[in-house]
Amino acid sequence: MQKEGQIRIPAGCAISSIFSKSGKRIDGSQIVRSIKIMHDRSNGLGGGFAGYGIYPEYKNAYAFHVFYDSTEAKNQCEDFLDRHFDIINLSKIPIRKNPNITDEPLIWRYFVNPLPTKLADSQLDEQEYVVRSVVHVNDQMEGAYIFSSGKNMGVFKACGYPEDVGDFYRLEEYEGYSWTAHGRYPTNTPGWWGGAHPFALLDKTIVHNGEISSYDANRRYIEMYGYRCNLMTDTEVITYIVDYLVRKQGLSLSEMSNVIAAPFWSTISRKDPEEKERLSYLRNAFASLLITGPFSILLGFEGGLLALNDRLKLRSMVVGEKGDMVYIASEEAAIRVIEPDVERIWSPRGGEPVIVTLDHLRR
Amino acid sequence: MAVDFFYPEYEIVRDPNRCIACRVCERQCSNKVHSYDEDTGKMVCDDSKCVNCHRCVALCPTRALKIVPSGDTFKTNSNWTANYMKEIYRQANSGGVLLSSMGNPEAFPVYWDKMLINASQVTNPSIDPLREPMETRTFLGKKPTGIERDMNGRLVPNLEPQLELSLPILFGGMSYGAISYNAHECLARAAEAVGTFYNTGEGGLHKDFYKYGKNTIVQVASGRFGVHKDYLNAGAAIEIKIGQGAKPGIGGHLPGLKIVGDISQTRMIPMGSDAISPAPHHDIYSIEDLHQLVYSLKEATDYKKPVIVKIAAVHNVAAIASGVARSGADIIAIDGFRGGTGAAPTRIRDNVGIPIELALAAVDQRLRDEGIRGNISIICGGSIRNSTDVIKAIALGADAVYIATAALLALGCHLCRSCHTGNCNWGIATQKPELVKRLNTDVGTERLINLLHAWEHEITEIMGGMGINSIEALRGNRLMLRGIGLTDRELAILGIKHAGE
Amino acid sequence: MKRVYVQEKWCLACHLCEYACAFANSGQKDMSKALKGVKINPRIKIEERDNISFAVNCRHCEEPLCQKSCISGAISVKDCGVHIDQNKCVGCYTCVLACPYGAIMPADGGKVMQKCELCTANGGQPACVAACPNRAIVFEER
Repeated sequence: MQKEGQIRIPAGCAISSIFSKSGKRIDGSQIVRSIKIMHDRSNGLGGGFAGYGIYPEYKNAYAFHVFYDSTEAKNQCEDFLDRHFDIINLSKIPIRKNPNITDEPLIWRYFVNPLPTKLADSQLDEQEYVVRSVVHVNDQMEGAYIFSSGKNMGVFKACGYPEDVGDFYRLEEYEGYSWTAHGRYPTNTPGWWGGAHPFALLDKTIVHNGEISSYDANRRYIEMYGYRCNLMTDTEVITYIVDYLVRKQGLSLSEMSNVIAAPFWSTISRKDPEEKERLSYLRNAFASLLITGPFSILLGFEGGLLALNDRLKLRSMVVGEKGDMVYIASEEAAIRVIEPDVERIWSPRGGEPVIVTLDHLRR
Repeated sequence: MAVDFFYPEYEIVRDPNRCIACRVCERQCSNKVHSYDEDTGKMVCDDSKCVNCHRCVALCPTRALKIVPSGDTFKTNSNWTANYMKEIYRQANSGGVLLSSMGNPEAFPVYWDKMLINASQVTNPSIDPLREPMETRTFLGKKPTGIERDMNGRLVPNLEPQLELSLPILFGGMSYGAISYNAHECLARAAEAVGTFYNTGEGGLHKDFYKYGKNTIVQVASGRFGVHKDYLNAGAAIEIKIGQGAKPGIGGHLPGLKIVGDISQTRMIPMGSDAISPAPHHDIYSIEDLHQLVYSLKEATDYKKPVIVKIAAVHNVAAIASGVARSGADIIAIDGFRGGTGAAPTRIRDNVGIPIELALAAVDQRLRDEGIRGNISIICGGSIRNSTDVIKAIALGADAVYIATAALLALGCHLCRSCHTGNCNWGIATQKPELVKRLNTDVGTERLINLLHAWEHEITEIMGGMGINSIEALRGNRLMLRGIGLTDRELAILGIKHAGE
Repeated sequence: MKRVYVQEKWCLACHLCEYACAFANSGQKDMSKALKGVKINPRIKIEERDNISFAVNCRHCEEPLCQKSCISGAISVKDCGVHIDQNKCVGCYTCVLACPYGAIMPADGGKVMQKCELCTANGGQPACVAACPNRAIVFEER
């Protein structure tokens, strides 16, 4: 049977997130409880988490989380990292044996910074240098897969139900101001850890519920800009689109939302002239990056979180607030299980992004 | 000579019990096939003059007529087919080049018919176009390579000139001269009503039709017939015609017979003189020359109109398209080898060029490999026969399609492939006033609008089935296609998987 | 009132309207049976010379001269146009002479007159309009 990356596998899912606007650090057990209540939305073939603000002691270094199939792959990858990065710290990621999580690869963590001379030689900015290195490893090195590469954040994922994955990675030992989680229901059996969500590139992580019908149109367009969609998953292509539009093109998150979940032309025609021109421009200029089909996505990034539904709202997504806390999940139950006294709760409309950022960043 | 005698290919069968001798067949046949025998009070016909255009069949009020293959045959030979034999007799008699009209009729593979379309089941909902918006609006033109912002951080709309279409279908180039005034009027009015474009072809633009300018693409071909500054500025876009799918590598030829009255004026050439376009543009001998012509035209129109470069699908089409994409052109039109023509040498029409499906797939992939797909939009043409051909073309990577033969069929053409005789009984490919008036422009316009609306309905329904509610999400979405009965090589070129994979 | 109008620009002189008219008023179900070997006497007729042609039938005038001229009261104006009652017609031909369009003519046998009745007796949709291959004949309100 072909695994992820050799064949495109559609998947349905559960997603959840917690965000503290004041930057209060929350331990990982909360997000595990939230995603656990939606057990039935996953089928045990993938679960994962992203936590932000979890590595304050290394906050200026890129934290690489890597799966290795073999020690040869590990040696090869470490050799590459050695030549291109200053490795500040490396270790196995601590795990706890869980009967439901089996066949784990070697899982390592590296805190790195680009070697200044190599970086200067490459004539790239630092982020692009890191991205290309990550893409190189994932694309070229059989058996090595960097699944997390941002600063002061990390992705933890595996094959299994998300609550077991949380237990396996001992998430209660990490504290962060923002957490996202994903439980997967793929319509095939990949049996590969890299295929679980979140999908990450630098500090951006995406968890996604849906199956996008525009996949190949999006993929073939974004691959023109140096991305390689090796996993053939929606999450991967959405991550690259977001990276391209936001990091490379310089669009704001809400402008990016106007591209990927663009308003209908009939809606645009009712706007005032300036807004009409702006929306028409975004839709036309980046037409091939419109995403159709059902999706609800949570985009985690340094200092913030974005939630977005497809423009027809073909997937459920609920937002709740209490004090400085924001909760977003596929189902209301996943919010109430960790905050029974949630103050405000609503369903964002299709195509309308919900963007939350840390208070101190907004000032 | 006896050797040049051909038994008629088609036989007109008249049911004597039905025929009421109303003589409509006689009055309507410009080839003078039918006549009335005063002595017997019966209709008679000369099958040898029949081109099988079906005008008489369609108009006979008692359904007394039908046209069938005559069945006369030479001794059967799979190598020396009857056609090849007759062509030899014909050429031995005339010493001339064989001429044909309309697209390549030979039995080459039609890849459209070997591709199947996807639909959603369970994991992804299909969308009902009756209940949800379904968008087919299409823009053609360059996409910006980067955004720009003004002092206040607002996005600057830095798009180059674009064509906006309500659906991804345009009428392909057919010159005034090759087709009639009335046919042109129908195309122009239908394009305006639907919100798309028609294309003048290489014969200039009749002064009556300047009013449809915002829905007109004006063509500049190697003969430069009817090209002047007002003409260039009259249209919404300018198309440089390098080649045509039906006859790659050669120019057009409109016989002097058709250069009458307004046509001579519109083309700016003397009455009765043959309009012969040179094979190449004599100011384009290489790609850098194309660049200069593109910018000359942009200069002449103040950089307000997109420039289209139309090429025939030939072996090296992907590399040529890459050159065109870097020439400053905004849109490339690729015409496949089954594209129609008012007249082309038979041998060329039937043997030169490649299928549009393969050409389109190769061009789209090449432009993406080079990262320049956003530099240029792709229009593909050359026998788009129905709405699923349109969908398949867009899924392979086209931004829009040209339809021309299909448009003529909507106007009444029955593909008798005799355009070059100028005796079109349906009033389309003729300049004879008594024939031209057979195409009532109100009716023709309506029929073209109907055709586009019908296709639009079908396109949106099938898009909905795929869970796609906007045409741009279908563009280049090759996962929505599967091949059936294709070799690995064909699948690789088309960039699609086989059904079942 | 809806009338039959003819657009000369689109008339091809194919004469199909005449045959459609003759058939519609024949009372037969099969056109071949109705018209085979018959010299038709339609109520709409093509006038043609050189490249100009058009069909002519009753204009259904608001103040018809035929009605004024009728000596037996056979011609009347109804909601649906000018009507001739062949039971009252005495065959004097005065209306034929009075009609400036030549749109009234003797019926077969010549004993009574006939004219276009807009197919009111044949289903209401004029047969000539339906038969015209180029929409040169239209039935509309103007």
